[in-house]
Amino acid sequence: MLAALTQLLLFQLAGEVIAHGLGLAVPGPVIGMVLLFAFLVLRQGPGHDLQHTSQNLLSHLSLLFVPAGTGVMLHLHRLQDEWLPILLSLLLSTAVTLALTGLLLKALSRRAAPGGETRP
Amino acid sequence: MSAPLATALGAPLAQIWVYLSASPLLGLTVTLLAYQGAFALYRKAKFHPAANPVLLAVAFLVALLAITGTPYQTYFDGAQFVHFLLGPATVALAIPLYAQIKRVKAMFWPILIALVAGCLTAALSAMAVGKLFGASLATLLSLAPKSVTTPIAMGIAERTGGLPSLTAVLVITTGILGAVGARYLFDALNIKDHAVRGFAIGIASHGIGTARAFQVSEQCGAFAALAMGLNGALTALLLPVVLPWVKGWLG
Repeated sequence: MLAALTQLLLFQLAGEVIAHGLGLAVPGPVIGMVLLFAFLVLRQGPGHDLQHTSQNLLSHLSLLFVPAGTGVMLHLHRLQDEWLPILLSLLLSTAVTLALTGLLLKALSRRAAPGGETRP
Repeated sequence: MSAPLATALGAPLAQIWVYLSASPLLGLTVTLLAYQGAFALYRKAKFHPAANPVLLAVAFLVALLAITGTPYQTYFDGAQFVHFLLGPATVALAIPLYAQIKRVKAMFWPILIALVAGCLTAALSAMAVGKLFGASLATLLSLAPKSVTTPIAMGIAERTGGLPSLTAVLVITTGILGAVGARYLFDALNIKDHAVRGFAIGIASHGIGTARAFQVSEQCGAFAALAMGLNGALTALLLPVVLPWVKGWLG
């Protein structure tokens, strides 16, 4: 577990170095994810330790958003003043994005691979 | 309890409180407790999307901080250890992604087209609706990156003139809305493929949607992770270019 966690941090570190070194707008962890993905392709899969540790970390992904979410208390004033446009914007935009992306990918992937729809 | 006893007990208790409220221990412990309590409720509700554990935990913590008069910064000094793990967790998303590599290869072009369309729709529709109902410019700019994962969205808001911490809140609300509502929308639109469902959730509602998708199925989660990563990268590249143009149009 310790080795895997170190590995994840090293990939994140490499990502941060690349992002800041090249002045990219893409955040370090995302570059780290791309690097790890490339590493997995080369190595043809994660080792047992990395697989296990990542599964543990990702099974509680929701927890990691709680501290930032609690920051809502800093913006109660603005939210009070603008709650209607904000709420409508989030609701409508999220629904439209979900529907458009879903329908588009469904239509395109059916054309690309007829009958390729699988349900686990 | 008699008055002298209460005072005798009260002084050490007050001292302990002063000590604990200044140490990171309390913020961290209370975050883990709130989340586990919220998750227990979520399980009791048979993983119904409306009992979203992030929503429940945040509601509990905000109430707790308000009642005890604790500033957010004091709480975050402890909770930052949890917040920090977002970085390695984002990196770790490469692993479920790799597990889906065959399907990703087979769906390469459809995925690319849906990504670009979804990315632009998420940002521009949020700004358009906000503008239509009278949101301020700072709010509009904070709304633009609302569909990408928290650390990326905060970075974008910083660069484009939004308010990073407001963006974090909008991002998380978007995530919760997507996690709660996606199932009903997909059922109504007859979208059944778990890969497609996952991908759309990842585009529209990033990590919180992805967390929800992993609770539905491994494939759903992997495609959500893929979409979240791609959308984060593309939005970070596109928004700083597109926003000045949109800003001119918004007046």
